[in-house]
Amino acid sequence: MKVRMRFKKTGSMKFIGHLDLMRYFQKIFRKANLPVAYSQGFNPHQIMSFAAPLGVGLTSEGEYVDVEVTDIWDSDQALLRINACLNDEIQILQYGVLPDKTKPAMSVVAAADYLILLKEGSSLDPEDTSYSIEAFQKDFRAFYGQDSIEIEKKTKKSLKTVDIRPMILTYQNREGESVDGMPVVLMMRLSTGSSDNLKPALVLQAFYHYTGRTLSEDSFQVHRLDTYYNDEENGLCSLSAQGRCIS
Amino acid sequence: MRKLALSDKILLSVEKPARYIGNEMNMVVKDPEKVDIRFCMCFPDVYEIGMSHLGIQILYDMFNKREDTYCERVYSPWPDLDAIMRKEHIPLFSLESQQPVKQFDFLGITLQYEMCYTNILQVLDLSQIPLIATDRKEEDPIVIGGGPCAYNPEPLADFFDIFYIGEGETVYFELLDAYKELKTSGSYSRKAFLERAAQIEGLYVPQFYEAAYHEDGTLASFTPVNAHAKPVIKKQVVMELSDTFYPEKPLVPYIQVTQDRVVLEIQRGCIRGCRFCQAGMIYRPIRERDVEFLKDRAAKMLESTGQDEISLSSLSSSDYSQLKELVYFLIDEFGSRGVNISLPSLRIDAFALDVMSKVQDIKKSSLTFAPEAGSQRLRDVINKGLTEEVILKGSMDAFESGWNKVKFYFMLGLPTETFDDIEEIAKLCEKVAENYYTIPKDKRNGKVSITASTSFFVPKPFTPFQWVRMATSEEFKEKQQFLSSKFREQLNQKSMKYNWHEFDLTMLEGVLARGDRRLGKVILCAYQSGCMFDSWSEFFQFDKWMDAFSKNKIDPLFYTARERAKDELFPWDFIDAGVTKQFLWREYENARAEKVTPNCRQGCSGCGAFKYKGGVCIESKNAV
Repeated sequence: MKVRMRFKKTGSMKFIGHLDLMRYFQKIFRKANLPVAYSQGFNPHQIMSFAAPLGVGLTSEGEYVDVEVTDIWDSDQALLRINACLNDEIQILQYGVLPDKTKPAMSVVAAADYLILLKEGSSLDPEDTSYSIEAFQKDFRAFYGQDSIEIEKKTKKSLKTVDIRPMILTYQNREGESVDGMPVVLMMRLSTGSSDNLKPALVLQAFYHYTGRTLSEDSFQVHRLDTYYNDEENGLCSLSAQGRCIS
Repeated sequence: MRKLALSDKILLSVEKPARYIGNEMNMVVKDPEKVDIRFCMCFPDVYEIGMSHLGIQILYDMFNKREDTYCERVYSPWPDLDAIMRKEHIPLFSLESQQPVKQFDFLGITLQYEMCYTNILQVLDLSQIPLIATDRKEEDPIVIGGGPCAYNPEPLADFFDIFYIGEGETVYFELLDAYKELKTSGSYSRKAFLERAAQIEGLYVPQFYEAAYHEDGTLASFTPVNAHAKPVIKKQVVMELSDTFYPEKPLVPYIQVTQDRVVLEIQRGCIRGCRFCQAGMIYRPIRERDVEFLKDRAAKMLESTGQDEISLSSLSSSDYSQLKELVYFLIDEFGSRGVNISLPSLRIDAFALDVMSKVQDIKKSSLTFAPEAGSQRLRDVINKGLTEEVILKGSMDAFESGWNKVKFYFMLGLPTETFDDIEEIAKLCEKVAENYYTIPKDKRNGKVSITASTSFFVPKPFTPFQWVRMATSEEFKEKQQFLSSKFREQLNQKSMKYNWHEFDLTMLEGVLARGDRRLGKVILCAYQSGCMFDSWSEFFQFDKWMDAFSKNKIDPLFYTARERAKDELFPWDFIDAGVTKQFLWREYENARAEKVTPNCRQGCSGCGAFKYKGGVCIESKNAV
């Protein structure tokens, strides 16, 4: 039996890397007495898998972990018991049971939504403080309107040219919205997963290159909103849609 | 949202930002505005090392039990962050509140090894606290040092306001109460407080003493120059270890640290009396914790941390009288829940093999022996009770049960050591290897693998070897090369791997271990020329240390390569550590006569620790 949990990772927890986060969850599940299934062998480990590792420095409210369990808890109870063990910057938002034979989240992830937030005291262009969110959005529309966006991507062996335009699935201006007091500059949906994977920082770099402006990456907080899989009938669906709430 | 001391930009530019953000599982949160005393506890090395230390976990828990006190933590910023903090004048901060250390009432620094001394200066410097104690102003924190190196605090005398001699559970509260009382009555001044502290047993205020030297450089006198300072400082010990502070909710780091598990200290002290071992002398008498207390704490700590490993901690676990009961309890209770049990410092016998086969993967784990010396003669000199027969039998039993990896720990440069003694190290490894191959091929587990490591012997204060001459770096090098060549002569040399320690670092450790307060200026000079993280080979700058010695006209060999006279006054003689100088000298004579001294349970040797009226000293009288 598998359960899928959606969780947030915010505040100072953005500095905790993926492997450390995994080890943290293992401890939390033991602490919360979650009936996790263990692998066989001399060093048994909890059977779990994360959907899409989040880079250090990014925050999120759309992270997912699938856990093999020996007993299913009531969703409300699970949230209560696990969240009591977690710190308040990492919290479980949903707990749902997965139908048998659901493919692991990791193997089906197709896309993710990212908010680009402007940090307090930062400007969109450190050399031109008059550059507004509206102007940014106008430029982005033109940038997105291109047929192809070629960037140089470093691989282990060489530099190669990649067209990232097809991996920017869509974007939205989100007027007046903010997260933790940081105004939303833009929301973008990017290809994510094992086959096509585009990092938001790369899009920002390409965009600033396009506008000829100066990018200060420290000005932005990137926040993942949700992660998606490709459903045969319905197209992109939130990973949370597969988990069935138990009450 | 928690406000961090460092900006995102800085945190994302340094290695492992999680070292600096705090908020770990079981971190204590209090409002700094609502406490009377703010205490910052420091381990002067990188986070991963500092977070592995049990002593700080105990004191952190103990201090925070007081409602009027908030104890927080700080570790040495890694050189990458160190450079940024200096450049941008960012004051060093605590992990909990992320506030500057200089705003605290106390900065407590644990002194676990000599090679962290320059890091102490780094912590003070980054905290923007004057390095020299007598330069500090009223508003600067009181800087306290404690831990094993406080048994010879003299090389650090210039930098500390107070040294705490002995175990932290005893007089800290008295000190905090005195501080609070002076503060609330309005009569606080730095000097008044230090005078008050000097009257508390076990606390040493170095600026209240003066040292004078003979022409040959040895200490002539060491005397108090303040009416409140005591001529002798008595080590403080906890006699009832099952009725004292021990955390139920230890801190759990996010990043992997050196000791990433629950640690259960089963006893303190050691009955063995190995003559090179400082811990075995200064933590006398051995005191056991009650087995029921340990079971309770083990359960509570595993529950509160979610850790999947528990390790027993002591100088010699096999000497714990209730070991079987405790270990089988841990296996039965927690083994089935995927909890690993690790048992360091265990003597290899039938019980140990049974336990190890239950808790470890035989194919991956190794047996560990610490004979320390290769020959029986030299093992008698150092009073290490391990015999070749025991090693051969233990390893053979293990081989027959499926093990094939053995680790050996030895020391080079022990007193009276000859090249024959050194050669015996390689021969002993050869005997173990040959034994392995007497097992029929189908019954043994592939090839045998033997790893021998040698460290270089450093004489320490309060040991029977505190008088001896330490070998020079050249002599160490010769010994190591000789041993390397002997390993190459062995029949089974391909199954053996030999590792050795760094010579120059060992020499420096020797200087600081038995040094006096004249070394303060050398440490300061080395730090100011860029020395830091000396115990990390990638940062160790021996040349700069040598320059610091010569600039201050101090010969390091005076402290190491010199046999001391029986009646020489040592810089640490003002400390009463329980064991008497007479006993230590007697043991030194026994060493030279190659005479073994029985352990504390076989018979009392009158070391002096009896005066504490506890532990093993009264154990036998209660029994029967």
